[in-house]
Amino acid sequence: MTTKVNCKIDNISVSVEQGTTILEAAKKINIKVPTLCYHEDLCVAGNCRVCIVEQVGTDRLLPSCATPVAEGMEIITNSLRVRNARKRIIELLISEHNADCTKCFKNTKCELQSLASEYIFNDEGFINLVPYKNYKEVHLSPSISKDDSKCIRCQRCVRTCSELQDISALTVAYKGANMKISTFFEKPMYEVVCTNCGQCVNRCPTGALVERSYIDQVWDAIYDSKKHVVVQTAPAVRIALGESFGLPPGAIVTGQMVAALKRLGFDSVLDTDFSADLTIMEEGAELLNRLRMSLKENDTTVRFPMATSCSPGWVKFMEHAYPEYLDNLSSAKSPQQMFGALAKTYYARKRNIDPKNIVSVSVMPCTAKKYEANRPEMHASGYKDVDYVVTTRELAMMIKQAGIDFLALPEDDYDSLMGESSGAGVIFGATGGVMEAALRTVYELVTGREVPFEHLNILPVRGMESVKEASIVINNPLPEWDFLDGVELKTCVAHGLSNAKMIMEKVKRGEVNYHFIEVMACPGGCIGGGGQPIPTNYVIRKKRTDAIYSEDEGKPIRKSHENPEIKMVYDDFLKEPLGHKSHKLLHTHYTPRNRY
Amino acid sequence: MATKHLMRLDLIFKNERDTADILKKVMTKSNNDIINELISSGLKGRGGAGFPTGLKWKLTADEVSDEKYIICNADEGEPGTFKDREILVRVPDKVWTGMAACAKIIGAKEGFIYLRGEYDFLKKELLKSIDEFHLLLDELNFPFRINIFSGSGAYICGEESALFESMQGDRGEPRNKPPFPTQKGYRNKPTVINNVETLAHTYSIFKYGVDIFRDLGVQDSRGSKVFSVSGDTPIPGIYELEFGMTLQRFVEDFGDGDAKAVQVGGASGFCVPRKKFEKTIIGYQGKLTGTSLPTGGSMMIFNSSRSMYNVLHNYLEFFVEESCGQCTPCRVGTQQLLLGIEKVKRGELPSGYLDKLLDLAETMRITAKCGLGQSVANSFSSIVENFKEEMIY
Repeated sequence: MTTKVNCKIDNISVSVEQGTTILEAAKKINIKVPTLCYHEDLCVAGNCRVCIVEQVGTDRLLPSCATPVAEGMEIITNSLRVRNARKRIIELLISEHNADCTKCFKNTKCELQSLASEYIFNDEGFINLVPYKNYKEVHLSPSISKDDSKCIRCQRCVRTCSELQDISALTVAYKGANMKISTFFEKPMYEVVCTNCGQCVNRCPTGALVERSYIDQVWDAIYDSKKHVVVQTAPAVRIALGESFGLPPGAIVTGQMVAALKRLGFDSVLDTDFSADLTIMEEGAELLNRLRMSLKENDTTVRFPMATSCSPGWVKFMEHAYPEYLDNLSSAKSPQQMFGALAKTYYARKRNIDPKNIVSVSVMPCTAKKYEANRPEMHASGYKDVDYVVTTRELAMMIKQAGIDFLALPEDDYDSLMGESSGAGVIFGATGGVMEAALRTVYELVTGREVPFEHLNILPVRGMESVKEASIVINNPLPEWDFLDGVELKTCVAHGLSNAKMIMEKVKRGEVNYHFIEVMACPGGCIGGGGQPIPTNYVIRKKRTDAIYSEDEGKPIRKSHENPEIKMVYDDFLKEPLGHKSHKLLHTHYTPRNRY
Repeated sequence: MATKHLMRLDLIFKNERDTADILKKVMTKSNNDIINELISSGLKGRGGAGFPTGLKWKLTADEVSDEKYIICNADEGEPGTFKDREILVRVPDKVWTGMAACAKIIGAKEGFIYLRGEYDFLKKELLKSIDEFHLLLDELNFPFRINIFSGSGAYICGEESALFESMQGDRGEPRNKPPFPTQKGYRNKPTVINNVETLAHTYSIFKYGVDIFRDLGVQDSRGSKVFSVSGDTPIPGIYELEFGMTLQRFVEDFGDGDAKAVQVGGASGFCVPRKKFEKTIIGYQGKLTGTSLPTGGSMMIFNSSRSMYNVLHNYLEFFVEESCGQCTPCRVGTQQLLLGIEKVKRGELPSGYLDKLLDLAETMRITAKCGLGQSVANSFSSIVENFKEEMIY
């Protein structure tokens, strides 16, 4: 049984479980204490000191985020002493912060700015420290932009990178006035062991860490009349974009998003869900091929578990941390890159457009996709397969720039050829989704029957548990697959790279014998991606996930192999999964990288 | 040179060569008896914060854990303090005895000396002394070992929780409290962390009894204290003196006849101007406005040739560099205080800006995460308030 402790906050009595912090207790009775370094997903740092409160009879103020409620405590969250001290602390933060708000990507979305807006700083303030700081220029990687002059040293990014991702690309360096958030040996962002997942960007309260923006390049392409600009939208964008326009998390805005993209001037609005279905065809075929080679032809060089390769953060993580396991990664490209390769080949041919005039843009919930699109091997079409990647946040910004009243838009439909998708393609956006989509198709290909789950919903691989295991026994397969009769197909699903690492260590130690694992670099999968609307927390990710699955339920087609446009692309162009054209356009290889 | 008013005690530095006997005596006593002795002796932490030592040991003993530690804080980083080094050089086994007694009470199998990086040259002799002490422990069949951990030079690692982080191989940053070290210290296990001098005093208490110790000092400041005397004095050095002396007497004995201020407790302590010497007592109770001042032992005397602006500037430069940088009030506040007094001095900001800085220092005192940031206000406010004209002109 848990012990209860009682306290009074602003004269309101509240009883909470032992260990509850003052901040949590205050929240319970709807008292908002401002915070900055605090983040629900992360351990408590208690370093910004914005959330200080007064305990009656105590000289020093207490950080409410880091102080557990004690029996009989009397807390005042807004006394004169608290107010003055908090104001001073915000002033101090501003004095160290390069407040060129009007030029900042986070303008109006900055937590420091919004804190400052709650106070009126009518005196001179403290001395502006920025000129004394000798900040280096902005660090750029293909995915992330890091501007130390805007950093307030809350260490949310540091905690994100170490706790959630177990990467520690970002860390604290130096002390005192020189203390800053830096990288290993202060290497530039593009050289360090960074998976580009953007989880730090998702949690940075200011403009110190933002995605590298490609909005201007996209506008240039749109305005260039010689260019045919196609856009693809990832599954997780449609259930989160609405948040940027004030809708609650989990609002499905697919139709409005398509309409908005058309109004922005894209020549063709297509769907990454289509190429997600295609990924299932190729990756599913690859899994079956590996099983055939291993079980039927006794090829001992075949690597298991096969691992999904759609999350570019996970792929780069593998390249750095487990280069000896790169053959375990499916050679199938991610849906984004499959789409890109087809846009400048299949689509160009069908539409009779010179591929050199096609500009391929993708809207992703992800920052690592920007890096992926810039990989040198991603030129299968003879051109850069995906020219520009923008995040969900950047798309929202473009819609606002264009003066579009997003919420009032009538819903529109995707264009054809590469715009149709199944529910299986949609659920790529949530952790476990790729696994579920693959199982729906693979099981049916092998047995001729639907997966034995009610309404095709493979619940064991769904949900926010950090690691999920599931297995399906294959009975009475079609004659071609008789070697799979009685085989128990073992799978595992993980999200967040610290969990991925745990799984890989088990694989390394030989403790597990999965056939197929799905890993998404971000918590919750793409719905919690580094390019999604800010803020993020467990509840928000849960609501987005629910929206993804309800989108799946509403689709007339729920299985990738039944998508008519998928059938068409194989009939007219690719011929067969793992075929010659597929191999050239839809599969890739990986690069071993250093651990430091 | 003999002092006129203040009696040199030299209890701690008496080289008695009876460690084996005292250790044996302590080991045969019950834990309760030892704790009660310490509590009634009135011994408080000699690092400066002044937490009752007996209570600290008791709290840690009461925690349930099969892994506990006793750590001797020998990081001695406070500017103007150099007494712990002397204790470790001259009477190290008194410190080891204190650690062993604590280990017995709390149930620790391992203890550490967190040795200031600059004291690395002491290591060889200390290890020799520890080895000899281990033999005594073996004779008594007491399973306890002392190790030395070398610090890497950051002032902040003298703060107990930053010290644990440093020992664990992490960045030396103070932790949130609670939990306190008695609950979660080194490796998140219940830990007693005591200053070198505190542990040496326990030896005196074990040897001479509670009364001898308790009869020294005044009110809540019992016993003697080792002071590091420096600055404008003809007789700089280390002195063990009784608690409760007035600064006036101290200055009469140690000053050069022209003392205008004494910095009590190092850079993080208080500056007392001449006019307050008579009213200021050295002890634990009260604040600057009261009658007594706490100190880790640093006593810096400044005569009238010294610029108190330069003194403060020096301290602030020290803090700007030695703040760990994690919490806002300390990281940014120290920079603002330093730049602020520079600009006022140069006439770039009006003298009224000092009031804003005093207000900032108070904010730092009540909001900073650890003792470092909290105590910057001590020297800042006491120097600025008492020597305002020197800040401006």
